[in-house]
Amino acid sequence: MQLDKKLIGHTFKPFTTTVEAGKIRLFCKAIGEEDPIYVDEAAAKKAGYRAIPAPPTFLTAVTNDDPDKGGLLRLLNVDIGLILHGEQHYEYLAPVHVGDKITCQQKVVDIYDKKGGALWFVVSETELKDQAGKPVAKAKGITVVRNPDAAKK
Amino acid sequence: MTTAPKFDQLKVGDTLPPLKLAPISRHQLALYCGGSGDHNPIHVDIDFAKKFGFKDVFAHGMLSMAFLGRLVTSWVPQTQVRKLGTRFTSITWVGDTITVSGKVTGKREEGGQKLVDLEVKCTNQNGQDTLQGDATVALN
Repeated sequence: MQLDKKLIGHTFKPFTTTVEAGKIRLFCKAIGEEDPIYVDEAAAKKAGYRAIPAPPTFLTAVTNDDPDKGGLLRLLNVDIGLILHGEQHYEYLAPVHVGDKITCQQKVVDIYDKKGGALWFVVSETELKDQAGKPVAKAKGITVVRNPDAAKK
Repeated sequence: MTTAPKFDQLKVGDTLPPLKLAPISRHQLALYCGGSGDHNPIHVDIDFAKKFGFKDVFAHGMLSMAFLGRLVTSWVPQTQVRKLGTRFTSITWVGDTITVSGKVTGKREEGGQKLVDLEVKCTNQNGQDTLQGDATVALN
């Protein structure tokens, strides 16, 4: 297995998704977050938010809401069972709240291998903008692909 | 509601109150699968995980990163979080007991903001780091 470095620079089709209260509630239940600002609009407003805020890593649920889900793996022609998450970085530029319509655009920025091709690394960056077109966050992720051929050598 | 510490009162090496979590359960991974929209079966379907060479299912890296987020937002209001990032350094297996910890690594002023840099990490019951991350928060 070898990944095509010509895919560096590939830009995915942008999509827009609405931040929903119910999704944040389930996300918080899953991660054990019990601060009432994430589930109760009155508590959020009392704490100075204009609506329920999205927790910091809820942005992963936003970027995962791509109607063309799995686009990166299809582009790379890689099986989902072979990938691991290597790194994730978020830069927060403005708060994201329930009701916001967030547009995400992902781009492949680097592809490289280590250990003689046993592991491949795909770096992608995603820009997130709100309904006014204002950038709210930047995400950078590294997907690690385990080369199924490496173990056979 | 979180009340932030004061910039002037903090020093490098100060620690954040750690989070000691319950063992990761299969139920939690199922909830996170739905809650995060990461539907990779490797985290919830043991047959699938075994087919790809793993002994069992394992936690989404982003679930543990959410624990880093909880640590930071339990220390400062979320509006003051500027950056959060991590490397996923080892697999978190179902049943692992994770402790989340953090400490101040730097203080600086940039663009009119007083910024504090943090090292944040998740460590398993064997003392092995599963996530090695960093965060930047703005304080008054």
